[in-house]
Amino acid sequence: MSVIIILLAASLSVAGFFLGAYLWSVKTGQFDDDYSPAVRILFENDVAQKGKPNNHLATPPSGEIHPDGVGSTQKF
Amino acid sequence: MIATLNPIKTKCEHCGQECNQDVVVSGEKYFCCEGCKSVYQILNENGLCEYYNLNETPGATRKVTVRPDKFAYLEEEQVGRALIHFRDDVQTHVTFYLPQIHCSSCLWLLEHINVLNAGILSSEVNFPQKEITLIFNHHKTSLRKVAEILTEIGYEPYISLQNLQSEKRKSYDKSRIYKLGVAGFCLGNIMLMSFPEYFSMDGYIETNLAGFFRYLNLALSLPTFFYSGSEFFIAAYKGLKNRFLNIDAPIALALIITFVRSVYEVVSGTGSGYFDSLSGIIFFMLIGRILQDRTYQAISFDRDYTSYFPIAVTKLLDKKESAVTLPEIKTGDILLIHDGELIPSDGILSKGEARIDYSFITGESLPVHKEKGEIVYAGGKQIGGNIELLVTREVAQSYLTDLWNKQQFKKFEDKHSSFVHIVSQYFTVVLLGITVLTAAYWYRVNPSLIMPSVTSILIVACPCALLLSSSFTYGNILRMLSRNGFYLRSAAVLEGIIQADTIVFDKTGTLTVTEDNEVTYTGQALSDAEQNSVALLVSQSQHPLSKAVKRHLNRITEGNVSGFQAITGKGLAGESGNLFVKAGSYEFVTGVTEKNKTAVTAEVHLSVDGKYKGYFSVHNRFRTGTEQLIKTLKKYFSIAVISGDNDFEEKNLQARFGEDSEYLFYQKPEDKLNYVRMLQAKGRKVMMIGDGLNDAGALKQSEVGISVSEKVNNFTPASDAVLEAQSLSRLFEIIRFARSGKEIIIISFIISLIYNIAGLYFAVQGTLSPLIAAILMPASSVTIVLITYGLSGLSGWRLGFLNEKNDSKHDYNHVLT
Repeated sequence: MSVIIILLAASLSVAGFFLGAYLWSVKTGQFDDDYSPAVRILFENDVAQKGKPNNHLATPPSGEIHPDGVGSTQKF
Repeated sequence: MIATLNPIKTKCEHCGQECNQDVVVSGEKYFCCEGCKSVYQILNENGLCEYYNLNETPGATRKVTVRPDKFAYLEEEQVGRALIHFRDDVQTHVTFYLPQIHCSSCLWLLEHINVLNAGILSSEVNFPQKEITLIFNHHKTSLRKVAEILTEIGYEPYISLQNLQSEKRKSYDKSRIYKLGVAGFCLGNIMLMSFPEYFSMDGYIETNLAGFFRYLNLALSLPTFFYSGSEFFIAAYKGLKNRFLNIDAPIALALIITFVRSVYEVVSGTGSGYFDSLSGIIFFMLIGRILQDRTYQAISFDRDYTSYFPIAVTKLLDKKESAVTLPEIKTGDILLIHDGELIPSDGILSKGEARIDYSFITGESLPVHKEKGEIVYAGGKQIGGNIELLVTREVAQSYLTDLWNKQQFKKFEDKHSSFVHIVSQYFTVVLLGITVLTAAYWYRVNPSLIMPSVTSILIVACPCALLLSSSFTYGNILRMLSRNGFYLRSAAVLEGIIQADTIVFDKTGTLTVTEDNEVTYTGQALSDAEQNSVALLVSQSQHPLSKAVKRHLNRITEGNVSGFQAITGKGLAGESGNLFVKAGSYEFVTGVTEKNKTAVTAEVHLSVDGKYKGYFSVHNRFRTGTEQLIKTLKKYFSIAVISGDNDFEEKNLQARFGEDSEYLFYQKPEDKLNYVRMLQAKGRKVMMIGDGLNDAGALKQSEVGISVSEKVNNFTPASDAVLEAQSLSRLFEIIRFARSGKEIIIISFIISLIYNIAGLYFAVQGTLSPLIAAILMPASSVTIVLITYGLSGLSGWRLGFLNEKNDSKHDYNHVLT
């Protein structure tokens, strides 16, 4: 029956991981603003077409942009 | 009555208000004022018109113009330091409070603000806090420019003395959320681990494996018991220390006994314990407490005068203007107070003509006129032109600060002992009686069963259901009320509302609207030309009565007044549109001494070409629905209206609210406080409803102090609850809703008693198995949660609180016009 003990250890550590994730997300204030993230994601980035840099594109994390655009944050 | 004339009725493109006579047209768009138009133009030029697509007319009105150099003080290093929270060689991080934030358009525009100024690197809005955090390059732009850009697009930052004094607003307490997370984690795993125990036949699982499960449960229950449950033990200890048996005491007792017996069973190998029930109770009770004590991020109930005062004012030194922060103002300084600014310290008027609005401080509805050389007290708002003030007392010693400190000597505390605590006391006594009887019975029949039965009784009869029913009911009611513009400090306030039998209203700003008046005309009817002339004449003056008459006539005023005369305290005269018009006091207009004795000048008499026509009388405008409200309340409560204002409105009040209520005028803040004390001495439970600083003492003294506010986020005296002004008319429904809460708690408590009796049936026999406990406990908790939520929702639906009112912007507009 030792397999049960192994399974239990596995399940407990998975649950413990989620508990940790939950505590971390509360601590970093991810539940503080329950309105703006939901709305923000729906905004179009069409202001950038005016030739002026858009807020979200103004400081792209340079290390993550591939030359061919794959994985670029600009795709979103 | 004069028929009002509306040339064009159309909605402002920017703020959605109706454009009156001063409509401004740009292209095909109509605006109510130049301010709204200029915001539109700025956004249009920069391609930010998406702002108007996301929501219809999302702007806040801009009728009140902002002085161009208002934010000059932000260049002062000391002020800047108070607002800036990070600064390096290139970047500055700053947070502003923008009370205008209300919709997704605001969010969109404010987060695209870098289009308007390349120096701004990024901006992020915290919606519930109504704050924007900006990161800008201080080589390219400055703090002042950033504030000015925000103001230009209609989001003027609100910067008060509080920014300077408190370092950082502390974020709300998250420890209960952590505790809930830990309890939930442990509960889930303990239940999983307990299933083999519940469903195994005797000896089916291997003994060592069963032991392993039990010890694992014991280990998992430790954080629940010692960490998540800690607040129940602390509350019980505090209560006992103060010789008060609160509801936490029997709960703590039950938790401890459950835990000790479970540990004993596991260690001695006699059973599996009640760890699942234990963590279940703690988990549900924590949810209830979180719901009940939920805080409102944007609202503070303990505001002091620092959030009312500006952060800096203009100081004159050798005819040169400079910004000075309030604590730096010294006796002998000369301050320049602009139109619409607050007077920060007591002083002598050294230049200009002051007309000061003290409605917030004293409750007087009309501005007070002051001449050069007179003493001006802090806290009033200057209306009209600029004035100069010689400071006689520093801010910290001024009249207003003094008044505030005097009334704030004590913190608000829960004044009500909840009936839940009282019920739980009886409950505890009965429970202990049953325990003793059971122990006595088993002592004679079978002494080995004493311990199991006694502990079982205490486990099963934990009054957690009572706690759950009150916290879930009150939590749900608080939530529904807050969505309808009524914010309570704590659930205990609801009990105060339930008990109240006397309601005392303040007049100015509570029953009436300070910024608006009702004008009626008595006398000979005026012709169209005469109306135009009168409107033109009064438009020359900034006096509040002139403004009220002008608004009432609602005319386009063009042309000049020749021979214009304005005699302070008397009236206006001039040749206006070929007619010689005189407007003002009766004596001034007719030359005859006052016909009636009242010194109160809320009447504007009128003569055209020397002929007396009649008079406009200017009354306070009562909030919509107050008349009906008072009439309804009178059937159930005794009502009093207590005002710091003069008694000019007495007849009007009696006509509206009936003659049988008590009306008191010329009441100083102390008088209001003493009046409430007097009522309490008669055994009344008083609910005080006020809005200004002059009500602060009475608000505190009464059983429930409710402050009415048009801007919930600003300017309320310390109180038990904050009520949005337009929800005042629903006060009766609010009281009924609070009362229904008590009934719901009683119903759910009866249901939980039935569960308890079922549990006791097993417990007194000493046969309470963990399985029965594990079914009974969560079942009763879940039933209670469903019943309280369902019933309070039903009650809220019947009283019309279920739907969210969503009109916060238009309240804001209303305040500004």
